[in-house]
Amino acid sequence: MEEQYKSDLKEIKDMMNRSSRFISLNGASGISVGVIALVGAYLAYANVFKQLGELNLKPIEITRPIFSNLLLIALMTLIIAIISAVFFTTRESKKLNQDIWDIQTKRLVINLSIPLVTGGLVCLFFLLKGYIALLTPLTLIFHGLALVNASQYTLKAIRGLGILIIILGILALFFLNYGIWFWAVGFGLLHILYGLMMQFRIKS
Amino acid sequence: MRELLNDLDKAFENKVRMGIMSALYVNEYLDFSTLKNLLGVTDGNLASHLKALEKREYLVFKKEFLNRKPNTKYYATKTGKDAFKKHIGAIEKLLNNK
Repeated sequence: MEEQYKSDLKEIKDMMNRSSRFISLNGASGISVGVIALVGAYLAYANVFKQLGELNLKPIEITRPIFSNLLLIALMTLIIAIISAVFFTTRESKKLNQDIWDIQTKRLVINLSIPLVTGGLVCLFFLLKGYIALLTPLTLIFHGLALVNASQYTLKAIRGLGILIIILGILALFFLNYGIWFWAVGFGLLHILYGLMMQFRIKS
Repeated sequence: MRELLNDLDKAFENKVRMGIMSALYVNEYLDFSTLKNLLGVTDGNLASHLKALEKREYLVFKKEFLNRKPNTKYYATKTGKDAFKKHIGAIEKLLNNK
């Protein structure tokens, strides 16, 4: 009888979890987002950061090419990353026979977007004011917060990824000159690593 | 001990009904196909258990049309949620008493 009760409780918890979380998130989307981020980081380094020399807390004069190059690279990276994530999750949803735009998805997108849009606006402000060195730590911190916030509505592993990215962002504040490297590790390598981990865990 | 056993709700003894209530407890509503996928049961099986829970007024449904296809949304009622909470509470106490 006791075993029966225990398994009932476990089943109830499991069902509450599965029915209220977005479970189509998968390793492939993490890996693709990471690879795109690495390309973005390289382009930002080659086209913008390399020319700027030593970066510190002092604002620099934002010239037209710096502004438009950086914004263009950032937006392209963001858009392509979103498209690839949507592509891979949609594919997974079809396999799991889930509607992609259901309640769970809406909740996930809204809760991910709130810190992310806030961070985007704050970063745009600092970019316009010339505090270019702050952009890499701040994007990391806000992205990490967004993941932690969204983790309640999807796979729990996302929470750990978010916390690691926040820590990287805070560390990056102390090494402003190497911001783009921290960015490449946080947005690129960590996503790829988590993607691989998720892929591996599901298969085994 | 006897009181606790009385708190156990016969309506949730069946696995499918227990699953339906667990899912509806944490979601505002779920539609038929989502429930079916979550539980992995046949249409007929799910329908009969939904009916049983509806009879006890543990859930209500709303029929809507989505792209001209019928789409039924199921909601747990206050009565249903309270009964389910009591049921879980009884299980937990029974386990703790041992």
